[in-house]
Amino acid sequence: MKYLLMMQVDRSVLDALSAEQMDEIGAGHGAFIDAITASGEFILTQALGDPSESAVIRSAGGVPQVHDGPFLEAKEFLGGFYIVDVDSRERALELAQQIPDAKIDGLAIEVRPIMFEKAADI
Amino acid sequence: MPSIADDLLRTLAPQVLGRLVRRYGQFDLAEDATQDALVKAATLWPDEGTPDNPGGWLYTVASHRLVDLIRSEAARRAREEDYAVQAAVAADAADDPASVAPDDDTLDLLFLCCHESLSTSSQIALTLRAVGGLTTAEIASAYLVPESTMAQRISRAKQTIKSAGLRFGELEPAQRRERIDAVARVLYLMFNEGYAATAGGELTRVDLSSEAIRLARRLHGILPGDGEAAGLLSLMLLTDARRPARTTSTGDLVPLDEQDRTLWNRAAIAEGSELLVGALKSSPTGPYLVQAAIAAIHDEAESAESTDWEEVLHLYGLLDHMVSNPMVTLNRAIAVAMVDGPAASLRMLDRLAGDPAIGGHYRLESVRAHVLEMAGDVAAARAAYRAAARATLSLPERRYLERRAARL
Repeated sequence: MKYLLMMQVDRSVLDALSAEQMDEIGAGHGAFIDAITASGEFILTQALGDPSESAVIRSAGGVPQVHDGPFLEAKEFLGGFYIVDVDSRERALELAQQIPDAKIDGLAIEVRPIMFEKAADI
Repeated sequence: MPSIADDLLRTLAPQVLGRLVRRYGQFDLAEDATQDALVKAATLWPDEGTPDNPGGWLYTVASHRLVDLIRSEAARRAREEDYAVQAAVAADAADDPASVAPDDDTLDLLFLCCHESLSTSSQIALTLRAVGGLTTAEIASAYLVPESTMAQRISRAKQTIKSAGLRFGELEPAQRRERIDAVARVLYLMFNEGYAATAGGELTRVDLSSEAIRLARRLHGILPGDGEAAGLLSLMLLTDARRPARTTSTGDLVPLDEQDRTLWNRAAIAEGSELLVGALKSSPTGPYLVQAAIAAIHDEAESAESTDWEEVLHLYGLLDHMVSNPMVTLNRAIAVAMVDGPAASLRMLDRLAGDPAIGGHYRLESVRAHVLEMAGDVAAARAAYRAAARATLSLPERRYLERRAARL
């Protein structure tokens, strides 16, 4: 079964990281990808641009309207995600804890099952 | 692979691989060599014609490839291992253990692929490739994962087998029973994965169910006297027979009591029933036989109303004693509702809700919703349907449950 591991980040927490911490996180993601690739559980990962780069389409009277900026000024936002294919929910939770973000106070990983999927070339 | 030789190739694949493993003992390399020989056959045979002895052809090509692989693997290693390699290559000239029947090789392969040291997804993937003769790309597409992910999973599984030193060999009767049960479990999971995909948009993934039936047929062919192997195949056939009626043309789920029974596959029902009757006469009754018997009662009922629920209830009681599994108790609760009425069923469901293994599971909420509807408690039924709809990971199930709630 496939799970989406969502990395919920907080700008103020990210800004407060030291250079060493940032290097550790980068290396940690590399090691994590290597490990889940080797185990045959890795499907995909993507990192997203900053929410300040977002545009939001919202309907006004049934007509789509484009707005600049994030949908909500939330403290936490989606920084990126992994998709993994695992044997159980327990395994998904175990993997989520291996993501380096999971060891930084103020960052969070949300784990949610995937229900439907279709891909262009899989 | 081209379809003309497809079936033949896929039947021969495990026999060739099994013979190689018995002779050389190197499952991981033998598996690669067999795949290479299959690809070669699929390329050459359509043009040059199928050889007179296709199994012999495949074995010869695969064994030459294996010797090459063993040599090149050896070249990468240190000199001290040369001796082992020479011994393996020398076996090429030695007498072939032809006295071993292809069936035994295939069974030993199944035992290896379904070994307990492998994860469930690895067991299924390896079985589909090594015994089912499917390519990695085909398995990957059945599971909607990238080919590289599936390739890695299979390679990891083969590595596990290698490092655990698993090989073919004589088994104690109890061990053999355990291995057969493990194989049956893997095949049944494979079947269910195809029949009611736990996640995904389409309710049935035809390929995995058909593959599971094909392999269960093989298992039964190898072990004709084994009641559980017969029961497993019978259960699959009797369940799969309802597939044409299980969804509408738009992919919506149709519950058993509303299915158009004229759409059921009569040939599959006849075959499943015959297997069941034969096995019940000659073998001790195990869990798969009992489940097949329950499926047969549904399949043989002219209408939902004429279903022999007393017998279904009796059989679920039997099954509940054989295997301790809350899913069985849950199914028994449905039969209780039909025989003793909703009140008795709801009491059972309340007790089940306290079991952490099933409490909160969408199937429990779904059954509760149906029984509450039977009892005429509309508000509670609607709430339970909605709770079940939120908890399921199947899109067709969710649509069905939501519609059921809206209809009240």
